[in-house]
Amino acid sequence: MKITTRSPEETRNLAAGLVRELGPGSVLALQGPLGSGKTCFAQGCARGLGVEERYVTSPTFVLVREYSGRLPFYHIDLYRLAPGPEIEGLGLDEYLEGNGVTAIEWAEKLAGRLPGRTIEISLACAGETEREISIDFPGGK
Amino acid sequence: MLILGIETSCDETSVALVEDGKKILVNLVATQIDLHRQFGGVVPEVASRAHLRVLAPLVREALERTGAEKESVSAIAYTIGPGLIGSLLVGVSLAKALAYSWSVPAIGVNHLKAHLYAPILAGEEFEFPLVGLIVSGGHTLLVSARSWDEAEIVGSTRDDAAGEAFDKVAALLGLGFPGGPAVDRAAREGDSERFDLPRGMIRSGDLDFSFSGVKTAVRYLVERLKADGEEIPAADIAAGFQRAAVDVLVAKLTAAAGAVSPRTVVIGGGVAGNSELRRRVSEAPELSSARVLIAPLALCSDNAAMIAGLAGRQLERGGELTTGLAADDDPNLPWTPALL
Repeated sequence: MKITTRSPEETRNLAAGLVRELGPGSVLALQGPLGSGKTCFAQGCARGLGVEERYVTSPTFVLVREYSGRLPFYHIDLYRLAPGPEIEGLGLDEYLEGNGVTAIEWAEKLAGRLPGRTIEISLACAGETEREISIDFPGGK
Repeated sequence: MLILGIETSCDETSVALVEDGKKILVNLVATQIDLHRQFGGVVPEVASRAHLRVLAPLVREALERTGAEKESVSAIAYTIGPGLIGSLLVGVSLAKALAYSWSVPAIGVNHLKAHLYAPILAGEEFEFPLVGLIVSGGHTLLVSARSWDEAEIVGSTRDDAAGEAFDKVAALLGLGFPGGPAVDRAAREGDSERFDLPRGMIRSGDLDFSFSGVKTAVRYLVERLKADGEEIPAADIAAGFQRAAVDVLVAKLTAAAGAVSPRTVVIGGGVAGNSELRRRVSEAPELSSARVLIAPLALCSDNAAMIAGLAGRQLERGGELTTGLAADDDPNLPWTPALL
């Protein structure tokens, strides 16, 4: 599924609509370059899950931020990590196997280690504010 | 009263001995920057292993250098959060172990509050009302305080922290890691007026920040120049970015100050080391009636002296302590409405 959004707010709305349909244990793998709207998409996920925190901010520095909503929301950012063995032992499985919704920025660094049910979301810049977002459900649904 | 401080919230391992919340006897910082440079950032797993390797030897060295006996230490202060998962745990675990075996209290300290406390270690004192700006890789916060016990957050970032934007812009410009000092250095040679970059939310009417837009704008600029076959004028872009970021920080800080007419303005956190921010804040006419406190560079970046110092002040004031061997580290530690 490919959708073009024309503003950060449209990206958030798209994400919010998507997560409303998701259940416990959902994993969203977000890929796209700096500034493509990954954090923005995650903000929409939080909104769709009814997270009450005023702001959902970039987890680049702390790696993981946890929120509670209709389901727990785990916002993970692997920007600062090197792909490979360094990621092992971080305890990410606790989130991936938990009962919440997990959104992972720079998920490509976990290539091959994400569960089969992962929903792949890639964001590309199609203009100053336009973003081309493709959403791939497992099994190509 | 002698307090041993331990700080491992990010990529610096630090141990300090501070007397009476004020006097630094020793403040040792083992930086892991060389270790992280090859990855272009802080790698938590590498960070926690490195903390583990150097922390205990640092404690020993701190005691040896000062000649202090461990029996003279009244409490162990440690960063309980916010910070990196794994890294925090190393400091918390050693602090608890020491507190248990030396039979002294372990005091968990909020890392952000310690950043604001730092100037007191340089001989300053707070007068109220106070407005504080905490700017680092993970945080951008404005705090307004009527007293030590009444301090609320009045503004914060809605997306990226200021220091994170410096890091990411440095990466986009190929200036290396850590990004803050790299951008600062490059900007000195650059023309800050050549590129006009967005000042996110500068006219939003509230005290919140946004640094995601300026980061994205730098990325577009770099890509456009590359597509045109031009060489990337890193110094000019760095200068333009730094000016835009500092414009917003100063605008929001002066707006917060305008609301309360503070007697003290404090800036803390790694970005407080930025030369343009320091200059602009000291020159801002709106802040001229307040005493502006910015700690010396070594106390702006992460260090254990600020942790031990703040804990000393907590003990002195006899308030409730985040203490005990049962307290867990909390990477997302929430703000409580006090400066201690």
